[in-house]
Amino acid sequence: MTQRSAIRAEAARLRASFEAEGAQPVETAILQPAEVLLDLYGEDIRARAYVTSDALRGEQMLRPDFTVPVVQMHMEHGAEPACYTYSGEVFRRQEDDPERANEYMQVGFEVFERDAPEAADARVFSIIFNTLKPLGLRAATGDIGVLMAAVDGLHTSERRKRALRRHIWRPRRFRALIDRFSGRVPVPDSRAALLSMADPMSGVAPVIGMRQEVEILSRIKALQEDAATDPISENEVALIDAVLSVRETSDNALSHLRDIAVDMSTIQPAVDRLARRLEALETRGIDVTRLDFEASYGRTNMEYYDGFVFGFYAENRPDLPPVATGGRYDALTRHLGRGREIPAVGGVIRPGLVVELGGLT
Amino acid sequence: MSLKLGVPSKGRLMDKTFDWFGQRGIELGRAGSDREYAGYVQGIDNVELVLLSAGEIPRELAAGRIHLGVTGTDLVRDKLGQWDRSVEELAGLGFGQADLVLAVPRCWVDVNTLDDLDAAAAAFRLKHGFRLRIATKYHRLVREFLRDNGVADYQLVDSQGATEGTVKNETAEAIADITSTGDTLRANHLKILEDGLILRSQATLFRARRAAMDESDRKTLKTLLKQLALD
Repeated sequence: MTQRSAIRAEAARLRASFEAEGAQPVETAILQPAEVLLDLYGEDIRARAYVTSDALRGEQMLRPDFTVPVVQMHMEHGAEPACYTYSGEVFRRQEDDPERANEYMQVGFEVFERDAPEAADARVFSIIFNTLKPLGLRAATGDIGVLMAAVDGLHTSERRKRALRRHIWRPRRFRALIDRFSGRVPVPDSRAALLSMADPMSGVAPVIGMRQEVEILSRIKALQEDAATDPISENEVALIDAVLSVRETSDNALSHLRDIAVDMSTIQPAVDRLARRLEALETRGIDVTRLDFEASYGRTNMEYYDGFVFGFYAENRPDLPPVATGGRYDALTRHLGRGREIPAVGGVIRPGLVVELGGLT
Repeated sequence: MSLKLGVPSKGRLMDKTFDWFGQRGIELGRAGSDREYAGYVQGIDNVELVLLSAGEIPRELAAGRIHLGVTGTDLVRDKLGQWDRSVEELAGLGFGQADLVLAVPRCWVDVNTLDDLDAAAAAFRLKHGFRLRIATKYHRLVREFLRDNGVADYQLVDSQGATEGTVKNETAEAIADITSTGDTLRANHLKILEDGLILRSQATLFRARRAAMDESDRKTLKTLLKQLALD
């Protein structure tokens, strides 16, 4: 059997096993309207997806993942609760690493369900965990929701919290914002000068472009208000850092986060969710005393996952990308649903990597 | 076989390149009429001059169809993935200096840093319903720079010329372009962000790492580098 047909056969087996778990098989188009993906992921998607176009439909992208089309399909005519599986190629532009595949198969399992989200998290994770068991992979888990709750709990302006939430997935800018809001780094000279001016718009160059004077003035007002806001206390910065540095087995992580919640009560609901999820995982036979948990896991490359996140790695093959990844993406359904939303959690396995690592049989 | 040297086929960049080699005892020139893209090389044997558009030289180097080439570092870095695996920088030639910079309207008194740009982009998207547009032809470099610096809520729009005019024409809110003196930016009521320097570029002599060479080519290259005092 050629490599390609071996991968197809593995994909078919995986999909069949997901169907046996109650998932309904679905198909999506390979060409996806670029606009939706661009709006969702921003300019970064252009670096990752192949863009093509025609005169009728305009810009389109070769499917970079299944999540968006599956969510759209569900929101248009899905019954609730729903559970789907799919199998097919995704396409990723590679600009830097010739070793990385630009076309590969994904087999997914997605659950849309309003009740008992932790049970749904545990269901998706344990099905993928059990499927991949023969490969002896390391599972990494995290929970973006804990960090979001920590940001929500800061004693500072709503504007600052919004800025921090917006950059949860960009750790460098998140850190820069924390440093500035806490007064650890001084205000840039140019901003200090601007804030000290009585009439900053007088005598400047003509106003050109679509960003109008009122927008400029409203940002200056926001900056003035921000300058008058007290810095985020060292104590709270230390708590954020404490949350971010939690990295141990899940049971220890839970007790560590419970300790932090004593001083930062807003993370308590998120910590309770973690506790319920670990219970649900144990019920499904996962040993949480051996399951890694990292509070900052998923921050750099999994935008739109906003709760539980996970990935499976071949530890003796650090050159390979994760064999499977997934998580909860309620925010994505909110965004695509334009007002409607449905809690959703799912994951994908790459059958090509499964085959490369020796297969499941 | 002969060693192929790619040089920009017209303008100041070509003239300056010819001068640079000339000062080192190698005379390059265009053969025949001004319209004919063929060249000659004197002062060294077995080197063939290939006249190309400066924008195509990175690709030709990466493919190994030319052994050496003169072009801007900006073009090499924008067009080639893992550029340092496919080409080697032999020498900066001391001309064609230009900085790739991020510029915004001068009237944006509230935007002086990338931090400001990011915040302005967020507000702009909320108000206008689309991402703040940055016009450029250097998509890869600009995207990587903004990603490394954690700027969000922007989009790149392609502009192959007259980029400084796009803001006034309302086809973009900001630009990323090459500037040497900044005069064009000023004339178009734009200013450079304090931390908006994306890349310093100059005309540079590159060697293709993957170009096939036989024994005599290697000898020619050695002689050439010696004559250029780059050995």
